[in-house]
Amino acid sequence: MGIESSSILRNSPFVKPVDAILNWCREYSCWPYAFGTACCAIEFMAVAASHYDISRFGAEVIRFSPRQADLLVVSGTISEKMAPILKKIYDQICEPKWVMAHGACACSGGIYDNYCTVQGIDTIIPVDVYVPGCPPTPEAFLDGLIKIQKIIEGESIRDPKYRGE
Amino acid sequence: MAAAVAQTLLEKFPKAVSAAPDFREEEALYVIRENLPEVLQFLYSAPDAEYRLLEDVCGADYPGREKRFEVVYHLYSLKTGQHLRLKVALSEDDPTLPTATGIWKAADWFEREAFDQYGIRFEGHPNLRRVLNHEEFVGHPLRKDYPINKRQKLTRPTNLGWEEGQSRGNGSGSEAGGEEPERMILNIGPAHPTTHGTLRVLARLEGETILEADPEIGYLHRGFEKTSEALTYQQVIPLTDRLNYCSAMMNNVGYCRAVEKLLGIEVSKRVQYIRVIISELSRIIDHFVCIAANIVDIGALTPYWYCFRERENVYELLEALCGARLTTSYTRIGGLSHDLPDGWVERCRSYIRERIPRAIEETETLITKNRIFVDRTMGVGVISGDEALNWGFTGPCLRASGVPFDVRRANPYYDYDKFDFEIPVGSNGDTYDRYLVRMEEMRQSLRIVEQALDGLPEGPISAQDRRVSLPEKDAVYTKFGALVQHTKLIVDGILPPEGEVYSVTEAANGVLGFYIVSDGTKNPYRIKVRPPCFAIFQALPQLTEGNMIADLIAIVGSLNIIAGELDR
Repeated sequence: MGIESSSILRNSPFVKPVDAILNWCREYSCWPYAFGTACCAIEFMAVAASHYDISRFGAEVIRFSPRQADLLVVSGTISEKMAPILKKIYDQICEPKWVMAHGACACSGGIYDNYCTVQGIDTIIPVDVYVPGCPPTPEAFLDGLIKIQKIIEGESIRDPKYRGE
Repeated sequence: MAAAVAQTLLEKFPKAVSAAPDFREEEALYVIRENLPEVLQFLYSAPDAEYRLLEDVCGADYPGREKRFEVVYHLYSLKTGQHLRLKVALSEDDPTLPTATGIWKAADWFEREAFDQYGIRFEGHPNLRRVLNHEEFVGHPLRKDYPINKRQKLTRPTNLGWEEGQSRGNGSGSEAGGEEPERMILNIGPAHPTTHGTLRVLARLEGETILEADPEIGYLHRGFEKTSEALTYQQVIPLTDRLNYCSAMMNNVGYCRAVEKLLGIEVSKRVQYIRVIISELSRIIDHFVCIAANIVDIGALTPYWYCFRERENVYELLEALCGARLTTSYTRIGGLSHDLPDGWVERCRSYIRERIPRAIEETETLITKNRIFVDRTMGVGVISGDEALNWGFTGPCLRASGVPFDVRRANPYYDYDKFDFEIPVGSNGDTYDRYLVRMEEMRQSLRIVEQALDGLPEGPISAQDRRVSLPEKDAVYTKFGALVQHTKLIVDGILPPEGEVYSVTEAANGVLGFYIVSDGTKNPYRIKVRPPCFAIFQALPQLTEGNMIADLIAIVGSLNIIAGELDR
């Protein structure tokens, strides 16, 4: 947003209220980047569809451009061939950003432990929330989303990541 | 008849062809490498049994043998409705054989896969490079001596070789002569909303017109075949869920049917009918996803909500059966994991009578005569019936091109011959026809489900066969024989006889084949899936040539490419 880079604000006594306002805004307007590769992506589609309705949590603006998103949802198995692309997409998302590993494959490789699968995306990029399940039910996904919101709630513009460190 | 063809081959090429061991009444022949092109050419145009459909080409590795590798061709004749398996043995020092791409275009990617996974070289292949594994991969993972856990990192995204300036205009062309139009290379995917996860297409453009498209796959390669070689037959079932995850039940059914064929087991009528019901329900939801995704890609979001609402309803039915929405693992070898729960039949009946037809109706109202949709899809991505067959198309994509081939009708299994249903066929083979065929297939599937529910017989849900079925729990606690049987099955697993089978079912995207080789142990020696998408997607360059970029999006959506099945 740019506000957080201001050192005057960071050192001022108004940090708390600024944090509260910023976090509140960010929390309920996550723009997910759906990095869906496999089965979990179908469940992600179900979450986005009318029955589960992700817009109840303010995250219905699903973007397919990393420049427009702040929540990277990795749904599905990441193969060694895909790994450099995931890294590139992650790097292209601007701070502040959060990552959700959606499903067992993204968390740990899941049932695939062989020559071509990455054993969890946390070997490539940092992960904020792990949602287990193969695939996770839509409820589990929403629970993960709420966990992301809780993480956002606890952030401050004094955090190292906002200082560009 | 196919038997006659085999006989003719044996007489015509006495030195080149020899009969393979007879197993489960499948036609199989050994062919020596030198005479392969003649034999294939003969079969393609053999009188009375033209083998026009090349279903599968795959490799196999037998390190103990004198000739280590084997290449297996599965041919199908629409005339006689028979399969024929040809096997060519190759030595390790010289694993080369002539390509079949000159006869069937379908051989293209299948041969590339055999090269990728086994290192078998096909002489004369136009583009023999890796297809599933990445370019920096060293070795051939499906060889028996390749350790399953040996991972190889890819350091940078795959470069498809076009970036090196091959026929890239950069504006200089127009300066030089004024006639050479400006060309641009556009990379689409693998992280792109319409590429359904993990497809990648590189397109050479002139303006917005596609001159040439080059699909690249393998971004979701998860080693299904290698993994299954280390599991028991029952343990493979969960992996089959994740092939075509839009209709997991059908993969369960297809796989179990293949293993049952291997074992020589006939499942009870009740199991067959339940399998028909879940297969057809899966076909409906698969088509819903395909249509919804296709239309979202084109730019209309509304039908997506309608389709997915109904999908949720079917999910409820499937969840009641097995506890999972998507990855069901409902079937077992020789039967099913559970019987239908109480009230399920009534619930299913009310869904298929009211809700699903309504959703189809609503979607139809929104789309079928929608001017924008018609303009975007009619006459786009046209392929003729013969061409489609040559590329190895099956399922709705083939039927949209006017070829009325459906395994359920041609080689009926599970009483499909007793149900009254139609095979919808298109006339133009374009994107619009593919949509129409899918819509109609959903209606026909509803009819089948209705009839199967009406005729659902009583009976056991697991085969009464000591080799596959666990005994009753009470018996395990009270009878010694039952205890031994239980223990043996758990510890040793299912032990099929030595042999190999190829079994096909009609999945949502077309012919889903499983080629299983058993060496008599509890682990399958080799499992090869014949995924319908794989054959279809390789025709993309032909389908998109001369179309716009926006058409490419519509075409890819209409082919219903499911990455899990494509890349396995």
